[in-house]
Amino acid sequence: MKYNSITAIVAGLVVVSTSAFAGEDSVLTIEGQEFITQAAAPAHMENVDTIYSGWVFRTDETQALEMDDFDNPSFVFVEQAEELFETVDGSAGKACVSCHESPEAFAGLRAKMPRVNDAGELETLPELINGCRTERMGAEAWKWSGGQMSGMLALVGLQSRGDIVDVAIDGAAAPFFEKGKELYYTRVGQLDMSCANCHEDNYGNMIRADHLSQGQINGFPTYRLKNTKLNTIHGRFKGCMKNIRATPFKEGGEEFKALELYVASRANGLMVETPSVRN
Amino acid sequence: MKLTTITFVAGATIASIATADTVAPGDVKFDEYGAVAASLTGVAGDPANGRKVFMNRKKGNCLACHVNDDMSEQSFHGEVGPELNGVGDRWETAELRGIVANAKMMFDGTIMPGFYKDAGFNRTLKKFAGKSILTAQEVEDVVAYISTLKE
Ligand code: HEC
Ligand code: HEC
Ligand code: HEC
Repeated sequence: MKYNSITAIVAGLVVVSTSAFAGEDSVLTIEGQEFITQAAAPAHMENVDTIYSGWVFRTDETQALEMDDFDNPSFVFVEQAEELFETVDGSAGKACVSCHESPEAFAGLRAKMPRVNDAGELETLPELINGCRTERMGAEAWKWSGGQMSGMLALVGLQSRGDIVDVAIDGAAAPFFEKGKELYYTRVGQLDMSCANCHEDNYGNMIRADHLSQGQINGFPTYRLKNTKLNTIHGRFKGCMKNIRATPFKEGGEEFKALELYVASRANGLMVETPSVRN
Repeated sequence: MKLTTITFVAGATIASIATADTVAPGDVKFDEYGAVAASLTGVAGDPANGRKVFMNRKKGNCLACHVNDDMSEQSFHGEVGPELNGVGDRWETAELRGIVANAKMMFDGTIMPGFYKDAGFNRTLKKFAGKSILTAQEVEDVVAYISTLKE
């Protein structure tokens, strides 16, 4: 167990760090459980010592919304997904519950996603869900970032809330990790920036009205006050690319899947916070 | 000086007046330190318009990354780059022109966008492809404006 030593390392860093930021010391508790929102960066990260949950960078008001499930607007969508879970759909006449006794069967899954399957393919949570719909239920695939999918992602992810993110990057995952890493550091768009320019070099800084975080995805899908809905991982990647005037990659495409694996692995050591609240 | 063409930037309200002397983005001459001695248009910059371009989120959006006390009426000033208070004392006009046109010529690898650059990008959104963020005259206007920022 590494976490005892990590606390000591983190404490040491805070002392020497010149870029301490507001919110760094806030403590996240959800339903009585204390969450790890900062941890020593995983060994593969060369330029960052400490990783932080995006929650740390939000205002007190936004932070509070995630600390109580009654206040967290995501739970409206989680409840809708609970109904969907039991709703028959498709030519096979089945519902999710016909084969999965309850959403709790998915405990632990979100912390390890995305992952490479036995066939050597990188698979994400939306693909697993849509795979069941199209191949086992005879139902139509849900849209990647549509309301039904994002709600189901929240319900499935919630079962791993509080688990330590532990995404595999070695073995069969290695080529996807490398591809994602390259994308993370490649400058794109008319503003000519990479993800790293904002989320690695400048987290903790204000960029106009926004307090820059490390762009972590351990809380996705995330309810955003800005658009009052659940936002998917690839939906968020797309938004950041458009903001720098770059043509986004396709949601569910090979590029975003590899980027997801890489970004997910930058949170190895933080906890799953699904469904989180952001502005 | 003869004004030959008037181009309208897509969707923008400000018409930029291009003269026969306007230097195209690819032809800007940077010296070894990244400064640009010659005006991009030959028309003196308008600091009042430069101030607007500086704060406009769809134009310079300089305030996204820089604190500027001359705009204390604006509520959000970024902190990605250095404060620009007194920047007119610290740099010559030619240096400021170089920094705004393409800061990467002076600050290697900087996050600051090149505002007068229209090629060499990766996956630019269609509606911005082949275009610079600012027009030549807008660069001159911003340079004229930030030159007035003195301690
Ligand atoms: C006809 C049976 C069937 C139906 C209906 C079904 N699934 Fe599945 N599902 C499976 C099987 C079989 C697997 C692969 C074996 C396993 O991991 O349980 C699976 C795997 C999954 C996984 C990956 C689990 C893991 O740990 O790897 C998820 C997530 C999932 N299903 C979600 C859903 C959802 C959501 C629905 C409803 C939209 C649904 N499934 C409907 C049979 C079904
Ligand atoms: C111009 C700066 C900028 C760039 C470049 C950028 N982002 Fe962001 N990103 C933001 C801002 C601002 C936010 C909202 C505040 C925050 O969480 O940082 C954000 C939020 C995010 C979030 C949500 C974090 C959370 O806690 O909910 C993710 C994930 C993200 N970005 C990923 C990326 C990825 C991947 C890239 C590269 C494709 C990228 N961003 C490029 C500015 C940027
Ligand atoms: C995405 C953030 C960003 C934006 C937008 C931005 N800058 Fe910068 N700027 C920087 C950074 C960072 C530096 C420091 C140079 C470096 O990277 O070493 C800088 C440096 C400068 C400097 C040199 C300041 C000094 O005292 O050394 C000037 C002048 C400047 N910027 C002007 C502008 C103007 C004018 C605009 C708008 C047209 C602008 N910047 C937009 C990030 C930005």
